[in-house]
Amino acid sequence: MNLELTDEQIALRDAARGVLSRFDTVAAAREALETPGTLPDLWPASVDAGWPGLVVAERHGGIELGLFEAMLVAEELGKVLASVPFIGVVPAAALLSLGDHPAAAPTAEGELRPVYVPACPPSPRVDDDVWTVDGIDGERIAAPVVHRDGSAWSVTGTVGWVPDAPGADLLVVVAIDDGRPVALVVDAGAAGVEIESETRYDATRRMANIHLDGAVATALSCSEQDIAGAWYSAQALLAAEAVGTVDTCLALATAYAKERFTFGRAIGSYQAIKHELVETLRRLQNARALLLNVGWAAGAAPDDVSMAASAARYSSGQALDFAARSLINVHGGIGATWEHDAPLYFRRAQLSRRLVGGVGGAADRLADESLARARRAVEAAGVR
Amino acid sequence: MDLDDSQEQAEYRAEVRAWIAEHRFEAPPGTGDMEDAAYIEARRTWQGQLSDARLVGVTWPAEFGGPGRGPVDQVIVNQELAAAGVPGGIDVIGLGLMGPCIMVNGTAAQKERYLAPMLHGDEIWCQLFSEPAAGSDLAAVQCRARRDDDGTWRLTGQKVWTTNAQFARFGMCLARTDGDQPKHKGLTMFIVPMDADGVTVRGLRQISGEAEFNEVFLDEVAVGGDEMVVGGEGGGWGAALTVLMYERMMIGLGTEGFGYSPERFAGAVAASPRMDRESGLRTRLADVVVELLAVRFRGLESLSQLADGRVPGPEFGLAKITTVNAVIAAGDLIADVNGPDALVEPGEWAYLISFLPGLKSAGGAEPILRNTVGERVMGLPPEPRLDKKITFDELVARQREGLAA
Ligand SMILES: Cc1cc2nc3c(=O)[nH]c(=O)nc-3n(C[C@H](O)[C@H](O)[C@H](O)COP(=O)(O)OP(=O)(O)OC[C@H]3O[C@@H](n4cnc5c(N)ncnc54)[C@H](O)[C@@H]3O)c2cc1C
Repeated sequence: MNLELTDEQIALRDAARGVLSRFDTVAAAREALETPGTLPDLWPASVDAGWPGLVVAERHGGIELGLFEAMLVAEELGKVLASVPFIGVVPAAALLSLGDHPAAAPTAEGELRPVYVPACPPSPRVDDDVWTVDGIDGERIAAPVVHRDGSAWSVTGTVGWVPDAPGADLLVVVAIDDGRPVALVVDAGAAGVEIESETRYDATRRMANIHLDGAVATALSCSEQDIAGAWYSAQALLAAEAVGTVDTCLALATAYAKERFTFGRAIGSYQAIKHELVETLRRLQNARALLLNVGWAAGAAPDDVSMAASAARYSSGQALDFAARSLINVHGGIGATWEHDAPLYFRRAQLSRRLVGGVGGAADRLADESLARARRAVEAAGVR
Repeated sequence: MDLDDSQEQAEYRAEVRAWIAEHRFEAPPGTGDMEDAAYIEARRTWQGQLSDARLVGVTWPAEFGGPGRGPVDQVIVNQELAAAGVPGGIDVIGLGLMGPCIMVNGTAAQKERYLAPMLHGDEIWCQLFSEPAAGSDLAAVQCRARRDDDGTWRLTGQKVWTTNAQFARFGMCLARTDGDQPKHKGLTMFIVPMDADGVTVRGLRQISGEAEFNEVFLDEVAVGGDEMVVGGEGGGWGAALTVLMYERMMIGLGTEGFGYSPERFAGAVAASPRMDRESGLRTRLADVVVELLAVRFRGLESLSQLADGRVPGPEFGLAKITTVNAVIAAGDLIADVNGPDALVEPGEWAYLISFLPGLKSAGGAEPILRNTVGERVMGLPPEPRLDKKITFDELVARQREGLAA
């Protein structure tokens, strides 16, 4: 048994830290709030670091690492609020690679940028086969559908708030073909594709609402399990990114609690503040342990990934919400001012928890998985 | 990253499993009446059998009669025992806390005398630390020890919440030998024979109605000479800290051993159609599951550090906080979903629900654990204290004045 990071994983993480240290990403996050559209382009740095090809197979020119390694990078991105197309790129690159699509190699090279257009697999508890996506208005709506005309495929539907979609060259869309999910590749510039760029509240996050209206598509040859896996890897990446942000929130709040004095002593000596900081640490450590659960499952127990990823997303989302509010609280009035960095992390927390099915959606899924497993166990015992 | 057994571990597991399969029908039930002498005797005999098979105190070094294996092997044994539904050793306090305390702080003669019978279950131990006026503030113990002219130590005082004292052969007792020292200084750790004259054990019934813990009165108890002192005169606090460290470790790694698993609690509500109708109940289930899954992986993380020779620090206390609160939430959920029937006594869930409020205090109350982690792990400044730089006797006198005023 061994849950320690390998030397290779540590090197990858340290390299990510090194790359990101060359940019003042937190200042950029503020700047983008003041002047929309001014985010620095970190894509070239990401390509240099090999991140687009992280999970792409070697035969397609990728590095062929696992989901957990991508999560290590996501955590570093989250620490500094870096605006790197990543959460949307990695699951798309994975599907292109699994489907042996010709775009896999240029993706690994960084010449083409794909984005994953997420769809949530049906719940194991509920007896239907409905794949859903985020609607623009907060509703969960049915995934896009395929229309076949002979050998020509097209896809129609809407997906709201897709991270990293603006600027993508290719869309990897999950859609329903005669009741079954398929992964499709759609050219971002094709007729019938509208990519409506959006930013909300957290200017570091580039998103788009995607409207597909009979857009020409080609099918990727990947399994239903691979397609569901893309959803759970997006959950895991968002979880890892949130863990990184919690880490920073805690470091900032702890440092302040040691240097701010009231009534003759540091505020960190008061239990109300101390215990709140310890609560953030507790949540951080739990969330991080759940990232390990995902990493382990991804390598050794594929059937556990859905539950592990949902647990990680839920835990880290709750932790980030707590940590970002606590960061403001520990700082008192100054924490609630525009000039302070605390609101940048708060904005990140507010938007993140509502993306890609939402943190609440992950909680639902976790409960559904637990119930379904418990019920299967009873059935199995009955059969025996 | 893997959770698989190495070749060596797999072989060990197979060995352990084979032994258990052969002997499981000789084992007493895992739960029983801890006030029933026959049940205790059966558990003691079973610990002896396990010990002969080298399946208790797995990490105890060979020089103390143990198998001297790694912490992962202890977990393998725990898992196999749990899977077979048979109990481990009855003396968890001796095996987990007092044995290691003697190994670290004891004299050669003490190790020679006490460890082997402890391992074998021949002599069960209890922890005589807490007192009516010293729990969280353990260093405030008032139980007094004084030395007679012939070198015999005599102890007088009252201990409380002492688990297993009703059948223990020895107690590890923290007592004050010098009231003219500041409170952490004048403490000494003693081995107390529980059958000595002047020791009275009285059962304390808990919420469940059972008496697993006790009050212990010590009235001029002659425990013996310096051979009964562990860690030297005045070294009591250091010895107590070793125990507290092992206690933290036991609690941090022991969750699954107590049966606090997400699968068990999900199983307890899964049959109810209300879980399908009410999303509020599902969210509460998710809250329980997410916390206990996290504790599971925190435990595995710590184990892989231990296996690597690193001792996890005080942040272990956080696992205790997570576990206790998650299990309280689980009990509430199970009773909400299943209705008053879940509260039938004696019964699995009524027992759990009754046990958990006490577990909040046992092994360190939540605010104390948070203070420790905040100060020792995060480097936050301690609270101002009124009990430093004065002698213990002065401190007690001031507290009395404060009460009187
Ligand atoms: C089931 C069970 C088994 C036990 N077994 C044993 C045993 O075998 N041997 C043994 O020696 N002891 C045992 N104990 C005792 C246990 O260690 C104590 O109960 C525990 O340390 C708390 O001490 P206390 O009960 O005196 O509460 P107190 O210390 O009086 O605490 C009362 C309340 O005040 C709070 N509090 C105290 N100090 C502070 C502070 N500085 N800041 C904020 N809040 C504070 C506490 O959190 C608690 O809520 C057992 C307890 C239980 C419930």
